[in-house]
Amino acid sequence: MTETAFFDTLLVVTMIGLAIWMIVVRDVFAAIIGFMAFGLLLSLVWLRIEAPDVGLTEIAVGGGATGVMLLRARGLASAGDAMNAVPSVPFRVLVGVLAGAVALFLGALVVFPPAVAPTLAPLAAEHLASTGVGNPITAVLMAYRAFDTFLETVVVLLALIGVWSLTPDGAWGARPRVASADVPAPLLLLAQWLVPLGIVIGIYITWVGADEPGGKFQGATILAAMWMLVMMAGLRSAPALSSRRLRIALVVGPAIFIAIGVSGFHFAGAFLAYPDGLAKPLILAIEAGLLISIAAMLGMLLAGPPLEGDRP
Amino acid sequence: MTTPLALPFPADTTPGGFLLVLAILVPIIGILLIWTLGSRRTELVALTTLAIGAAIALAILTELTGTGSAVIYLVGGWRPPLGLALRADGLSVVLIVLTAIVIGAVGIFAKGQFGYDPDAPEKRAPTVFWTLLLGISGALNLIFLGDDLFNLFVAIELVTFTAVPLVCLDGKAETMRAALRYLLFALLGSVMYLLGVALIYSGYGTLDIALLKSVARVEPLLFIAIALMTVGLLAKTALFPLHIWLPAAHAGAPAAASAVLSALVVKGSFFIILRLWFDILPAEATGLGAQMLAGLGALAILFGSVIAICQARLKLLIAYSTVAQIGYLFLMFPLATGSEATPAFASIAWTGGILQLASHAFAKAAMFLAAGLVYDAFGHDRISGLAGAGRVIPITFIAFGLGGMSLMGLPPSGGFSAKWLMLNASVGEGQWWWAAVILCGGLLAAGYVFRVLVPAMARPLARIKVKGPVSRRRELVALALAIMALLIGFVPLEPAPLLGIGRGAEAGLLVPGGLAP
Repeated sequence: MTETAFFDTLLVVTMIGLAIWMIVVRDVFAAIIGFMAFGLLLSLVWLRIEAPDVGLTEIAVGGGATGVMLLRARGLASAGDAMNAVPSVPFRVLVGVLAGAVALFLGALVVFPPAVAPTLAPLAAEHLASTGVGNPITAVLMAYRAFDTFLETVVVLLALIGVWSLTPDGAWGARPRVASADVPAPLLLLAQWLVPLGIVIGIYITWVGADEPGGKFQGATILAAMWMLVMMAGLRSAPALSSRRLRIALVVGPAIFIAIGVSGFHFAGAFLAYPDGLAKPLILAIEAGLLISIAAMLGMLLAGPPLEGDRP
Repeated sequence: MTTPLALPFPADTTPGGFLLVLAILVPIIGILLIWTLGSRRTELVALTTLAIGAAIALAILTELTGTGSAVIYLVGGWRPPLGLALRADGLSVVLIVLTAIVIGAVGIFAKGQFGYDPDAPEKRAPTVFWTLLLGISGALNLIFLGDDLFNLFVAIELVTFTAVPLVCLDGKAETMRAALRYLLFALLGSVMYLLGVALIYSGYGTLDIALLKSVARVEPLLFIAIALMTVGLLAKTALFPLHIWLPAAHAGAPAAASAVLSALVVKGSFFIILRLWFDILPAEATGLGAQMLAGLGALAILFGSVIAICQARLKLLIAYSTVAQIGYLFLMFPLATGSEATPAFASIAWTGGILQLASHAFAKAAMFLAAGLVYDAFGHDRISGLAGAGRVIPITFIAFGLGGMSLMGLPPSGGFSAKWLMLNASVGEGQWWWAAVILCGGLLAAGYVFRVLVPAMARPLARIKVKGPVSRRRELVALALAIMALLIGFVPLEPAPLLGIGRGAEAGLLVPGGLAP
C-alpha cells in the first residue's frame, strides 16, 4: 500500500466513523463539534481530488460558519420549546431510508460509471486570457457565469432579510445580542489575538483568488467569523438593524456588481461583459465590494435577529 | 464510449434580448433601494418597480409576437456551454405576463397594509413584505427565462428565501412552525435538484437545456438525475403526497402573500419539471413516468378536494383547493404527447394545461384576497360563522364565487376551457380514466365552493357581526382578478399558436438530433 493510498483509506474510514458517531451521539453539543470536525476532514478530501477552491470553501462554510450557526441555535433553543422537540421514530426512519436511497443511487453510479464525461475545463482555460485572471474558477465565477455569482449574493441578502423577518415587532431596528453576560477569559484572549491575523488572512485569500485558489466567498466567511468572535467576546456590539452604515455595507457589493454589469451593455456589448483590458480591475472592484457585503451578510446571519425585549 | 462535448449554443442575442436581463434585474434594484432609502419611500419604490416590471413583461411579449421567434440573451456575451443564456419563448412569456399581472394586482391590494406609515420609523412587516414581493417577481422571471439548470437552481433558491418568510410574516408561533416545515421541504427539494444538476453536468458537460436536448441519451444517469430533480421539485410544487406543508403555510400567510404563494410560487417549480420532461428527456423515455406523475395528480385532485370540503376555516379550504388544482397540471404529462406531425406543445392538452395554470393563478389569487377581506370585515374566517356575509360585502363574495366558478370548470371560464381541452385530450388519447378524474374533481370543487357561497348569500337568521369596513379598492382588485380568470376562457379551444413560438423546428434547437454534426 502506497503512502497516499494509506492516507486516503485512513481519511475515509475516519470520516465514516465520525459520521456514524454524529448520528448516534446523544449530546447535541458533541454532535455539532463532530460536524465541524467532519467539515475539516471533508476539506482534506477536496484537496486530495485537487479541488483546493472547494476545500477552502468547505473549511470556511462547512467547518466554520455552519458550526457556529448550529451552536448559536442550540444556545437559543430552550428545552420547553415546541420547536425543540426530538423527531419521532417513524420520521427518523423515513429520513434514514431517503438518505440511504440517495447514497445507493450514487454508489451505483460509482460502481457502474457512465460514459467518459466531457468537461468544459479546456474551454474555460482557452478563454482565460481575455478575462485577465489566472484562476479558471474565478473566471467561471466572475466572467463566464458572473450572473450566477451576482444572483447568489442576492440569495444570501434575502436569506438575511428572511432571518431578520423573525424579529419581534417591537425590537425592529435594535442591535442583535451576541455576547453573553460574562465572557470566558480564553474567548477574550482568542478574540484579541486571532482577529487581526484572521482579517489579514481573509483579505489575502480574496486578493490571491484572482490567480490562485481562494476568492471573496471564502475570504468573506473568514472575516465574518472574526467579526463574530469580536461580538461574542463583547469587544464590539453588533450593529443595529436600522444602522445606515450596515445597510450600505450590505448593498454595496450587489450595487457595484449591477453598475459594472449594466455599463457592460454600453461599453462591452453585453450585460456583465468587461471592456478589453479592463476585465481584471473591474473584477477586483466587484470582488472588493462583495467582500464587504458578504462579510456583513454572513456576520449578521450569525448574529441572528434581535429578540423579544430588545429595544431600538 | 465518450460523450462528445455539446456544440456551442446555436443562437445569438436577439435585438430585444436585453429586456430579459431587465426583467430579472429591476426587482433586485428595487430591493436594494428599499433597504437604503428608508421607510418613507418603501411603498413608492415597490409599486414603481412592479409597474416597470409589468411594462418590461409587455415589451417582451411585443418583441416575441413581433418577431415570431424566441427572444435570447447571452449574458456577458459568453456562449453556452461556457456561459449562460436567457431565453423567452411563447410559454415563458405567457408566464411572465401572468406573474406581472398577479403580483401587480397583489401590490395594489397590499398598499397601506401591515401598518405601513411613511412618516413613522421603519417597521418590520411592510419592509419585509415589499422586499419579498419584489424578490418573488424577480425570482419567478428568472425561472421562466433561465435556460441553464444551475442558473435555475439559483432561481429556486431565490424563490425559497422569498416565499418562506412570507408565511410567518405575522410572527406567531403557529405560522413559524408552518414556515419551518415549508423551509425543510423546500431545502430538501433544492438539495435533490442540485444533486441531479451535478450528475447531469458530470454526464454531458453542459447544463444548458437547449444543448442538453441534443446530447441527452436514454441511459441510467439521465434517469437518476431527472428522477432526483423531479422529486425535489415536486416537494416544492406540493404534489400529493408531498403537499403536507402547503395548507398550513398558505393559510397562515397574510392574504396578499397567500395569493402570490398559491397562484404563482408553486407554478415556478412546476415549470422547471415541465422543461425537464419535455425539453430534455427524449420523448420515448417518458411513458411510465408520465403515467405516475398524472396518477399522483389524480390522487391530489380527489384527496385535496375531499379534504377541502371538510375544512372549518375559509383560508384552509382555499389552500386545500390549491392541492387539488395542482393535480390537474400533472395530467399534462401523459396527455400532451407529441407525434411526428404535431409536437407536444402543439397538442390540445398542452394548451389546456397552461390554461389551467393561468386560470388557477387568477382564480386562486382572487379567492385568497377575498378571504383576506372576509377576515377584515368579520375578524375571523370560520365558514360556519359566515351566514349572510355575502349581503354585507357582496363584491368580495362575487369575486370568490367567480373564482370558484373557474375552479369548478363552469363555462365561461378559464377553468372550463382548460378542463374541456384536457377532457378531449384524454378521450382522444384513449386514456379515459383521466377524464373520469377531471369530471369528479369538478363536482368536488362545486362541493367546496357552494359550501361557502350558499350560506353566505342566504338571508341569515341572526344579523352577522361586522368588525370593520373593507376597502373598496381591495374588493375591486379581487374582483378584477376573478374576471381575468373568466376572460381567459374565451381563448379558442384549440392549440394556442402563441405557446408554439420559439419552440420546435423553427427554434432550430429543440429538435432531438437537431445539432448533430
